Amino acid sequence: MSLLPWFVVVWLFAVGLYGIVTSRDLIHQVICLTVIQSSTYVLLLAIGYRRGAAAPVFATLPSSSSAVDPVVQALALTDIVVEATVLALLLALTVQAGKRFGTIDPQQLHALRG
Amino acid sequence: MLHSLAPLPFALPLMMAALLMGLSRFVPRWLTDAIALVTGALVTVVCVILLMGSANQPIVYWFGGWTPHQGVALGVAFVVGPLGAGLASLAALLVTAALLFSVKYFEAVGAVYHVLMLSFLGAMCGFSLTGDLFDLFVFFELMSAVAFALTAYRTEEKGPLQGALNFAIINTVGAYLVLCGIALVYARTGALNFAQIGRALSAGPSDGLVTMAFVLIACGFLIKAAIVPFHFWLADAHAMAPTPVCVLFSGVMVELGVYGVARVYWTMFAGTFGPHMVAIRGILIGFGAATAILGAIFCVSEEHIKRLLAFSTISHVGVLITGLGLLTPLGLAGAAVYVLGHGLVKASLFLGAGILLNQFQTASETELFGRGRHLVVLGGMFLVGGLALAGLPPFGTALGKGMIEAAASKAGDAWLSAVIIVASALTGGAVLRVAGRVFLGLGQPEGQPDQAGADDEAEQPESARQLRTPMVMLLPALVLLAGALASGLVPNIAMRTEQAAGAFINQRGYSQVVLNGAARLASNGPLIPTGPDLSEVAGGLGSTTAAVLVGLLAIYRRQLPAAVCRAASRHLEPPLQRLRGLQSGDVRDYAAWLTFGVATMGLAFAFAVH
Repeated sequence: MSLLPWFVVVWLFAVGLYGIVTSRDLIHQVICLTVIQSSTYVLLLAIGYRRGAAAPVFATLPSSSSAVDPVVQALALTDIVVEATVLALLLALTVQAGKRFGTIDPQQLHALRG
Repeated sequence: MLHSLAPLPFALPLMMAALLMGLSRFVPRWLTDAIALVTGALVTVVCVILLMGSANQPIVYWFGGWTPHQGVALGVAFVVGPLGAGLASLAALLVTAALLFSVKYFEAVGAVYHVLMLSFLGAMCGFSLTGDLFDLFVFFELMSAVAFALTAYRTEEKGPLQGALNFAIINTVGAYLVLCGIALVYARTGALNFAQIGRALSAGPSDGLVTMAFVLIACGFLIKAAIVPFHFWLADAHAMAPTPVCVLFSGVMVELGVYGVARVYWTMFAGTFGPHMVAIRGILIGFGAATAILGAIFCVSEEHIKRLLAFSTISHVGVLITGLGLLTPLGLAGAAVYVLGHGLVKASLFLGAGILLNQFQTASETELFGRGRHLVVLGGMFLVGGLALAGLPPFGTALGKGMIEAAASKAGDAWLSAVIIVASALTGGAVLRVAGRVFLGLGQPEGQPDQAGADDEAEQPESARQLRTPMVMLLPALVLLAGALASGLVPNIAMRTEQAAGAFINQRGYSQVVLNGAARLASNGPLIPTGPDLSEVAGGLGSTTAAVLVGLLAIYRRQLPAAVCRAASRHLEPPLQRLRGLQSGDVRDYAAWLTFGVATMGLAFAFAVH
């Protein structure tokens, strides 16, 4: 199997984390989280991928032919659903933070110190 | 019969949560309270029945009847053992207590609050009972998402918003780490069932991929467990979340992170990591000891009561990690007893802090100085709670601590006793200091309130001032404290827990029971009941005395000779300020520490295993 998907996974995770550490904008930080999340999609799909195999719809496939792994696709789907909830919640919190603090720069949020 | 109860602890609260949400427009507040309370109490009963029923034999429940076929798991299973069922019972008990406390604590609260609390309970129970790796992740995420929402329950205030944002961003990164680890495990084994993965991994020696998978999963759970250097989010979230929610965070959610690591290690990786056990023990104990000491230092230097209790939780999680990290049945059993004792004491102290917040609109020790003189019962509760946290026998904390220390000296790491004594003395002493200053008015009032503490706006109580402490607020706190005392007095609890821990770490037996329906989990032979160990009692009394001394020293620190004061402020203040400065409130710093922590853990394991 090609090494490319693994590099993409590591790269996406790393740039997303870099974005969270350096960003001055909460919305940007939340988007960086989705970038990290994308690395998990790539990882899951890369694990289940088989060259030349069909989609795992066994109703129309002869049982002898090879198909890609459906389990990781189900995992990726669950991952998307779960994380969509979290990201929606985070964006809602960001909207509230913008209203209360008047800024969404994490450096300017001063409610907690020491 | 017992078998069919297994899915209830997670299904019942989630169903009731959905029902309450749907009926929220038509149901009055008192009925919502009642339904939520009854659900919590029912789940507690079910979990305790499961705990009793699984004492000798784990209960395996396959959803939809998809039982394994020739040793290959097809469906999703709950595998209920005594340790998992015990944690679920603790979670259900604390949720019930928190809901009872909330009846008077919140003046106006929508059904959303009850829905979130019940969902939280369902997720925690599912996390404790599941036997499937991906399920573990889903429950972990459900638990996290509900916890973020509960932290920011008062969205009109700044503090909770920032606390929740920090909590959410850091823990979500942690969840992605777990998911990547799970994906790697699946890539290697093609399985998601703990038992089947364990079998597949044990077949060969560990390599880079397996090690990396374990590091990723463990780091994700340890972020939830808030060990140093992943701990920054915890103080922010705890100080800002509504008090009944803090009870759950400190009492059981954080401990579930530790449980996750234990479950994953012993059901899947213990076999393949077997030859490297000594090195892995060193890493876990190292992180645990550092967390125990640093958390205790933060705790004793804090004056905001809720943050003080939060830092104390970090310190106690360090103790738990050292117990777990010894990788022996006795160490794990000690950690399990400690979770129970600590969870009950800490929950009752948090409820006490909530009563103070409710009465005086502040949780700052400086502002509260001497104002609690008329609250005799609450004051007594803080005093006893402080002593229990320090490990006064016969509280469950003392027993658990004694077991961990015994396991440490058996493993040749007797120095850990010193770490544990320092952690209990400092965290217990800090609570005793609060009790002495707030309720007895000992020492001198501080000149000016500490500006370094949390913003005043976050101190808004959730209800109008009540002159008398309502019974529904005081009662749960007292019952929980009594429970902590009782947990150390349950006959043979040490022996039974050690037996359960022995079964918990028996990887081969576990996979036999789950995949082949073996009748009985082979135990390591019968254990002999032991009477109260005198050295344990002495150790407990020693650390309690040390805690009292720490408390008195902290109360009367202004009355010390001037030269001592000057020397202390010259040598202790600057490093302490620098340490506290790390807790910047800026999520970017926390993310940087997280990266550093994961890298350190990864490097340590890379060296340990290869």
